[in-house]
Amino acid sequence: MTRNVYHKALENLEDEVLKMGDMVALAIKKSVEALQKRDNDASKEIIKDDFHINKKRFEIEEKCISLIATQQPMAVDLRILTSILSIVTDLERMGDHAEGIAKISLLIGEEPLVKPLIDIPRMAELGLSMLERCLKAFINRDIETARQICNEDDQVDALHDQIYRELLLLMLGNPKIIHGATYLTWVSHNLERIADRVTNIAERIVYMATGKIVELNVSKY
Amino acid sequence: MVKTKIQVPEPIVNIVDLNLFYGETKALKGITLDISKKKITSFIGPSGCGKSTLIRCLNRMNDLIENVTIKGTIKIDGRNIYAPHVNVTELRRKVGMVFQKPNPFPKNIYENVIYGPRIQGINKKSSLDEICEKALRKAALWDEVKDRLRVNALDLSGGQQQRICIARAIAMEPEIILLDEPCSALDPIATAKIEDMLVELKTDYTVIIVTHNMQQAARISEYTGFFMLGEFVEFNTTADIFTNPSEKQTEDYITGRFG
Repeated sequence: MTRNVYHKALENLEDEVLKMGDMVALAIKKSVEALQKRDNDASKEIIKDDFHINKKRFEIEEKCISLIATQQPMAVDLRILTSILSIVTDLERMGDHAEGIAKISLLIGEEPLVKPLIDIPRMAELGLSMLERCLKAFINRDIETARQICNEDDQVDALHDQIYRELLLLMLGNPKIIHGATYLTWVSHNLERIADRVTNIAERIVYMATGKIVELNVSKY
Repeated sequence: MVKTKIQVPEPIVNIVDLNLFYGETKALKGITLDISKKKITSFIGPSGCGKSTLIRCLNRMNDLIENVTIKGTIKIDGRNIYAPHVNVTELRRKVGMVFQKPNPFPKNIYENVIYGPRIQGINKKSSLDEICEKALRKAALWDEVKDRLRVNALDLSGGQQQRICIARAIAMEPEIILLDEPCSALDPIATAKIEDMLVELKTDYTVIIVTHNMQQAARISEYTGFFMLGEFVEFNTTADIFTNPSEKQTEDYITGRFG
């Protein structure tokens, strides 16, 4: 009764999730780079490419639904499929956050940034590192790494707090930059949400491996 | 030796260290488990794993097979059913059985259903009529056949024939109903009717079902036991077996990674 075709389809689906994860990681990376470099063409490109991330999510969802309907997955297979449905939703929303950063960059337009970007790229770096390791943990069913990643979310939250405080102080000192500073708080918020969504994926990895649904790190926001 | 086993509420069947041999071949190896009253318990496992052999022990159907040796104890309602003084006919009245292939007698529907009670000495027509209607209602067949009770049961569809067999078992007012792959010869509609009926029946009876259809076990039973090579690997709630089994062997089997 071994079901090779079905299990091959499940493996392919996991590969598709990895591909989608790579697409999202690239969008996040590029969105912050475009903001830093004030490259509006690159920002427009990210906004356009979000369509492909959304499309990928729907493709994966359809394949999951089809496998559920036709193969009646059970036990670990059922947990993998339901987790993938949840993971692609988080990845797609992370893509939206990258798109959000690109849109903010376009809103800033030709204006100079109100301050040099130091902590925002640091947040992006942390979030990307969390995402990349989380995708590896997904394939390896590595619950230790998944738990560790959730703990790291506190560092991203702390950076967000710090950025918010700094920008607030700048705005108090110079109300003329309120617009530009508010835009940067939005960027920081998007990056903070990206890290939160990585923790959601980590929780699904724990569920896939153990069958237990647990909340690993409650976001401050 | 069962590796994972949960305690069930209100056990009606207690099996302790049951070993069964067909000649020299050991078909059941040290089975120990309790089966809960008025619940549906499913047994799953690859062909030849011993699940049918086990349920056939529960009404001593294996007594009819030559060269079978049974060791260990099975108690139903606290009484050892293999004790010397046990009245096997009475046991089989108490523990009814339905088989894979519908096997109605070549008689009309009415005669099929009241066959057992009549043999037991009930001859009063009004009593037999009442037994027949009650059993057919419980088997979810009354509305379909009430106007043609004198039709030969063999002229009914496969699903109806199987429900006749279930009605025939119910007419004996058993405590436990054993079903050995009762839907394997039926189409999905007939299967759905039987499944719905079994879920209704558990309000009055303990139902024990052997099935190759894992979705069926998942749909209808509260508890599921997984067998392999005559051993009981896992006995757990059905929800746990199908979402998060404790044993790797169970997981490999239900996900189709071996079998």
